[in-house]
Amino acid sequence: MFPRISLFPAQASTMAAQVDLLYLFIVGVTAFFGILTTIVVIVFAVKYRTNDPLKVGDRIHGSIPLELAWSIIPFIISIVIFWWSAVVFFDLQRPPDQTLEIYATGKRWMWKFQHLDGQNEINELHVPMGRPIKVTFTSEDVLHSLFFPAFRTKADAIPGRYSSVWFTPTKLGEYHLFCAEYCGTKHSGMIGRVVVMEPAAYQAWLSGSVPGMSLAARGERLFSELACNTCHLDDGRGRGPSLVNKFGASEQLASGGAVPVDEAYVRESILRPQSKIVAGYQPLMPTFQGLVSEENVMALVEYVKSLRATAQAAAPAAAHAESTAPGAPQESR
Amino acid sequence: MDTTVTAPRVTYLNHEHTLASWLLTKDHKRIGILYMIVVTFAFFLGGIFASLIRLELTTPAGDLLSADTYNKMFTMHGVAMVFFVLIPAVPAILGNFVLPLMLGAKDVAFPKLNLISWYLFTIGFLFTVYALVAGGVDTGWTFYTPYSSRASNTNVMATGLGVFITGFSSILTGLNFMVTIHRMRAPGLTWFRLPLFVWAVYSTALVMILGTPVIAITVLALAIERFLHFGIFDAALGGDPVLFQHMFWFYSHPAVYIMILPPMGAISEVIAAFSRKSIFGYAFVAFSSLAIAIFGFLVWAHHMFVSGISVYSALVFSFLTYAVAIPSAVKTFNWAATMYRGAIWLKAPMIWAIGFLGLFLVGGLTGLFTAALGVDVHLHDTYFVVAHFHYIMVGGAIMGYFAGLHFWWPKITGRMYSDIWAKVAAIIVFTGFNLTFGPQFIVGYLGMPRRYYAYPEEFQVLNVLSSAGASILGLGYTLIAIYLVASLFKGERVGANPWHATGLEWTTQSPPLPHNFEKQPVVTEDAYEYTKREIKVV
Amino acid sequence: MSDALAAHGAHGHAHHPAQQHHFDTLDQQHEAATLGMWLFLITEVLFFGGLFLAYMLYRVWYPAAWSEASLELNVVLGGVNTAVLIASSLTMAMAVRGAQTGLRRATMGWLVLTMVFGLTFLVIKYFEYAEKIEHHHVPGPTFAFPGPNAGPAEIYFSLYFLMTGLHATHMVIGFGILSVILWMAYKNRFSPEWYTPVEISGLYWHFVDIVWIFLFPLLYLVDRAHHFA
Repeated sequence: MFPRISLFPAQASTMAAQVDLLYLFIVGVTAFFGILTTIVVIVFAVKYRTNDPLKVGDRIHGSIPLELAWSIIPFIISIVIFWWSAVVFFDLQRPPDQTLEIYATGKRWMWKFQHLDGQNEINELHVPMGRPIKVTFTSEDVLHSLFFPAFRTKADAIPGRYSSVWFTPTKLGEYHLFCAEYCGTKHSGMIGRVVVMEPAAYQAWLSGSVPGMSLAARGERLFSELACNTCHLDDGRGRGPSLVNKFGASEQLASGGAVPVDEAYVRESILRPQSKIVAGYQPLMPTFQGLVSEENVMALVEYVKSLRATAQAAAPAAAHAESTAPGAPQESR
Repeated sequence: MDTTVTAPRVTYLNHEHTLASWLLTKDHKRIGILYMIVVTFAFFLGGIFASLIRLELTTPAGDLLSADTYNKMFTMHGVAMVFFVLIPAVPAILGNFVLPLMLGAKDVAFPKLNLISWYLFTIGFLFTVYALVAGGVDTGWTFYTPYSSRASNTNVMATGLGVFITGFSSILTGLNFMVTIHRMRAPGLTWFRLPLFVWAVYSTALVMILGTPVIAITVLALAIERFLHFGIFDAALGGDPVLFQHMFWFYSHPAVYIMILPPMGAISEVIAAFSRKSIFGYAFVAFSSLAIAIFGFLVWAHHMFVSGISVYSALVFSFLTYAVAIPSAVKTFNWAATMYRGAIWLKAPMIWAIGFLGLFLVGGLTGLFTAALGVDVHLHDTYFVVAHFHYIMVGGAIMGYFAGLHFWWPKITGRMYSDIWAKVAAIIVFTGFNLTFGPQFIVGYLGMPRRYYAYPEEFQVLNVLSSAGASILGLGYTLIAIYLVASLFKGERVGANPWHATGLEWTTQSPPLPHNFEKQPVVTEDAYEYTKREIKVV
Repeated sequence: MSDALAAHGAHGHAHHPAQQHHFDTLDQQHEAATLGMWLFLITEVLFFGGLFLAYMLYRVWYPAAWSEASLELNVVLGGVNTAVLIASSLTMAMAVRGAQTGLRRATMGWLVLTMVFGLTFLVIKYFEYAEKIEHHHVPGPTFAFPGPNAGPAEIYFSLYFLMTGLHATHMVIGFGILSVILWMAYKNRFSPEWYTPVEISGLYWHFVDIVWIFLFPLLYLVDRAHHFA
């Protein structure tokens, strides 16, 4: 007769069980101390109650050992919780090495996901089970937050920055996808579903959906359309540094110091090229702020990323780029 | 108490009668009452918004209000409750009334400034009411950029201006109280003889002085960004919207302590008075207030664990958050220990105080979840957080306010309310509160984000429970209004010290003289010397 | 109430006319006022502090833009204004000294001089702002700045106008306060026993000067050494 109320959302990622275990541990600790204190207060209130306003209590002013005990014991317990939660947090923040990359942009009021092979989805995300997946995303307007309750992870989408979340789905099914940061009228409509599929079914889905140009290939095309390739020559003789094998390495700056070449750095270099100048080069590059959409910036980032793969066995992105001739149908927007 | 008490001949209430004598008063007691009027109105307004929110959320679909109206409702609920109820409730109402009395002073240090503070507060409130009447504001009380600076087309300016002006009221009140505590204490009233409410107000004043200017400048910068298109937080220019969050929470987290420290002080008074005992570990309770005020400035970024701060800063802020939890725990244990071997007189204020303990305990302990990095990633911006801070702010601050109000009501009005109805109200509020916010912990962990106007069906049962609780809560609050107003006309008159409590405020008549005391009080003993039965006034 | 008042009056000595009823002594009143002003100045530090924080963050992020935008400021006018304000601090200190030693005419003279310096500052500031408006350096739709650093430069000018505007607002308020103090001095309200209003107004005035002492190098002198060399 009564609807069943579950206490936990679906546990659908490797991290979910870890987060739930920690949560249960804190529930246990706090319930113990909460109930203990409540019982003590109630027992005192009943045992020492009086109706005589002239009666007074015993002359007790305090106890240093007790004060120390109830300062130090909670502190130690706090440290245990802190330590454990920090370990879980680091796991949540640090994706494993080989992740399946997906790009996303949040804008009022939808999430747009771009798969490496060029498929686009809106408010829906298909992912294969058992593979670590990293979603890199930003916002085109106001703050949003990409929240996967079943995977116990979220991060804010911030205009001007890249954020990322990662998860390894462990259970087939459809789960919620929420915007958790208030973003205006249809904030509660900025929701969707994430579909966890068998790897084979996922492959079938990938090939079954509209075959667009791969993200890296689109990036490569933009790279020449925007004339990036006139300066960033592969052999390093151009006016700008070569981008081959740059991603994941570290770049020496003219101002001294070095910066790791990651998604955020590549993005910044496209939109605000003057903020970090590579050692040995002049600050000549114009800004592309306002000229390239966030989605296209992501394609460029993915292209730069694919250039790192040349040393490794023929990268799938590059292979894919071969197969899509310039005349290939462009993704519809 | 058996003998009929005759009303004092001259009191602060009856020595002048004109409207001007109220609107131009420099008497801290009258100013406290002026605050009470505006705050009660704001509480009523915020309560209406809350009712509409809960009504909307009884069904998963958005059907009662439009999405935009709903967004305005939770924004206005937050703005009204945070800036115009929680922050002023205990310090500006009870603090204004009892602080100089507790110190044995004739008034606060700067009575004119005190009146100006009330006017600033009221003008700020009127701006906010104007913003509401002119169509409302929909940014959330947190005003996050760039939504507030670029996207929203509602009355952000008027609301921001309201908050800005009210901020100055808060700054000047904090300044006034701090100088009063430093310079206006009665002879013999040394720091360690001060009632713990004074320590709490002092710590609060510290936060008001150091924190509030930052929100003022932040809101000003936001207003100018919006109005004149300046670009301090504008990502398109290379600015950082997250900087706004840092500056906002640098105030707004300590502001939580503006809300909770004074009620904690009131609770110390009530528990000591009705346990007929000195407070257990006086110095620990006193210093824990200061520790909370100071540590409170070092934890702001725990509101931003998923807002793109580095993992290492997250680590530091999580750790400091646990550090600030300890003084709160110490206070709670000391209150419980104060009751040990006391002579506990279970009058209404004590019932409210015990209710406070229960709810504050839940609020504090659930803070351990949100401070835990690994769990907070999941919990952030869900209903779990909503439930947590309502347990602190409503369960803690508002319960504490009512405990204090019931305690000092006979002093303020010279009349006693119905004890039995006050106890009934406390139990109704306690029950209704738990039913409202308890289920929100669960629905939050299930993943329901906050500020959602429509939600998936599986969350409905818990939301209906929550809304049912809210109606009980509303009933409880209405009951308080009824018996307190009734007491003004029919309440039994009380003498100087109806609770047989210690503290200088109980040595003068109820209601007090316009200038508080007939003779300058001189203090010769510690606070809460119940075992000696009476505080000596020379 | 008459009893209470009688009791209040009964404890003897005649009060100084400036003493308010809720204070026991003039000393207590003086200490309260001074402490109050110091606390107020602390709130002011935090008020400006928010902008200094934003300044620091963006200066570290965009050093090149900061340098370019700073060169657009008129360092001569800024420098003159710095000198004017330092001079006004001296005259203000002299005014306090005058009140302390009971020299009414000297107090008034120094106050007038302080106000003249304050006004000079504001007039110069007006010309600086006019120049910025002319050069399209006011943030917003009309903002123009050559080169690739236009975005961060706009942030720089946003901060420039906010910080100096807030400072100028404080100067205007200070001017108003000093007018009142001047009038009180004219009415002979101060004496060596009671000159607290002059003293705390002086504290405020010095604070506003000190803010400028930070603003001037931070805004005007970002990268001048390079460009003079």
